[in-house]
Amino acid sequence: MSDVLHPHIKLPEGSIEKQTTTLNLGPTHPATHGVFQNILELDGERIVSAEPTVGYIHRAFEKIAERRPLYQITPLTDRLNYCSSPINNMGWHLTCEKLLGVKTPKRVDYLRIIIMELARISDHLICNSIVGVDTGAYTGFLYVMQYRELIYEIYEEVCGSRLTTNIGRIGGFERNFTNTAFEKLEKFLREYPAVLKEFENLFTRNRIFMERTIACGPISAERALNYGFTGPNLRAAGVDYDVRVHTPYSSYEDFQFEIPVGTTGDCYDRYLVRNQEMWQSLSIIEQAYKKVQEFKGAEAEVYHADAPEYYLPEKKDVYTKMEALIWHFKIIMGETEIPKGEVYQSVEGGNGELGFYLISDGGRTPYRLHFRRPCFIYYQAYPEIVKGAMLSDAIVTLSSLNLIAGEMDT
Amino acid sequence: MLTNEHIKNKLVEKFGDALTNFSEPYGMLTFEAPKDLNLKVMQFLFDDAELRFQFLTDLQAVHYPDDKGRELAVVYHLHNLADNIRIRFKVFTSIEQPDVFTATKLYESANWMERETYDFFGVNFIGHPNLKRVLNVDEMDYFPMRKEFPLEDQTRVDKDDEMFGRGGTYN
Repeated sequence: MSDVLHPHIKLPEGSIEKQTTTLNLGPTHPATHGVFQNILELDGERIVSAEPTVGYIHRAFEKIAERRPLYQITPLTDRLNYCSSPINNMGWHLTCEKLLGVKTPKRVDYLRIIIMELARISDHLICNSIVGVDTGAYTGFLYVMQYRELIYEIYEEVCGSRLTTNIGRIGGFERNFTNTAFEKLEKFLREYPAVLKEFENLFTRNRIFMERTIACGPISAERALNYGFTGPNLRAAGVDYDVRVHTPYSSYEDFQFEIPVGTTGDCYDRYLVRNQEMWQSLSIIEQAYKKVQEFKGAEAEVYHADAPEYYLPEKKDVYTKMEALIWHFKIIMGETEIPKGEVYQSVEGGNGELGFYLISDGGRTPYRLHFRRPCFIYYQAYPEIVKGAMLSDAIVTLSSLNLIAGEMDT
Repeated sequence: MLTNEHIKNKLVEKFGDALTNFSEPYGMLTFEAPKDLNLKVMQFLFDDAELRFQFLTDLQAVHYPDDKGRELAVVYHLHNLADNIRIRFKVFTSIEQPDVFTATKLYESANWMERETYDFFGVNFIGHPNLKRVLNVDEMDYFPMRKEFPLEDQTRVDKDDEMFGRGGTYN
């Protein structure tokens, strides 16, 4: 570390020239995987200091949300962490349900868990394969894409869209899962384990990959906690904090799964933790699917809570019945009763604890809505993590932290 | 096992009447602290062997323009990860002199959260190492999340939105 403080280039006494090089990494450099800038001071190829700049795609969601009724906020949450938007949507619905006192049936909870865990897999898949790309292995990335595609097809079957999903309603889903959705899910459960195994074979004991990621961008558990790390990045540092276990939501308490943890908090541990979490997610999906299949009779058709004041009426009724049409408009325009109160609800997002802090004054829109975006909070540790590292390590660290510009900038 | 009741008793024992408005909306212990005590309260919650609120989950502000003298509320969400219990506390400040002590000495994570709060509400965090805007441009001369800045009127007609698929020749 001492050579960082004493740059290699020795200039003559009294020279006014700088001994270090300033490099603008980003905001639109392909290696940053998102719109954010880092102003790096380099001594040769070593990083002396880094200054991250964020906010390039700030879209004022919190301000916009102050004018929107609850349902119209769901599409805003899509655009936070767009690699796993269903988790954000569900988190928002859970927040509303907590405020409104809507109790969801078990089958809805399990279906939600299937969708959320699929989203987690797609999120981790992108992150880990991008770490592969940044260390020089493109194959894994292209190989796993077809299974992210399959996950997107499942979303499409359920809600009609793929990336920014706007999935679900307050109290449940917009429609029951179709048979095609379950068939695709079965296909995923059948084929994906072999693919994930192969993906692991490609990277986990790969000499180049190990050399590039071990001891690259490490952080201690203590520093990680102080920096507000959550999610896989915190667990890679050795802290077993997982919102799904600590504050279970959507019936996560009914499931058996492990929290994988690392020790050093470096890029390799983060990679391992994410891979293990994908195995755990697979197991959770299998358990949830089994539980869903166990429902019999009328219960097997339940896909939303009985909350007519907040759950949108069925489309066929909206088009044919006056009452349903009125309720549809009332709900969409936010003319239904919303209690006063303040709620904090968090979910385990793709990259950490995604929190929603909602203050309602009883009006049709939130008085204040704040999103706790995990990567905005942990990105501030970046200068400390990369100090003294090589430039190429900084790139790997950047992708290994799973930074999503949309989430960082709201 | 740590309970809301126990936390409240410990806080009252330490700070007496200074802490007010204890409540438990949706199960989370919530209270108010005077703004010059915010650091002392946080330090106590951090250091106490039983309380150990050592994780700052969230920090943000709320603007109440009608509440004269206490227009801005800074809201802290703290988490005790060992006992898995969360609390929330608020500090109110006037908008003319929105000075609140920074929490960056205790939590590194407060750095950007306070910058964001400054950026959007103009809360001046005393002692912050680098208090400048984080998401908005540096040249901005107002604090956009304050309630006096309404969103654009959706029914306005004087704006040329042709490039965005509204108005113009397609109207």
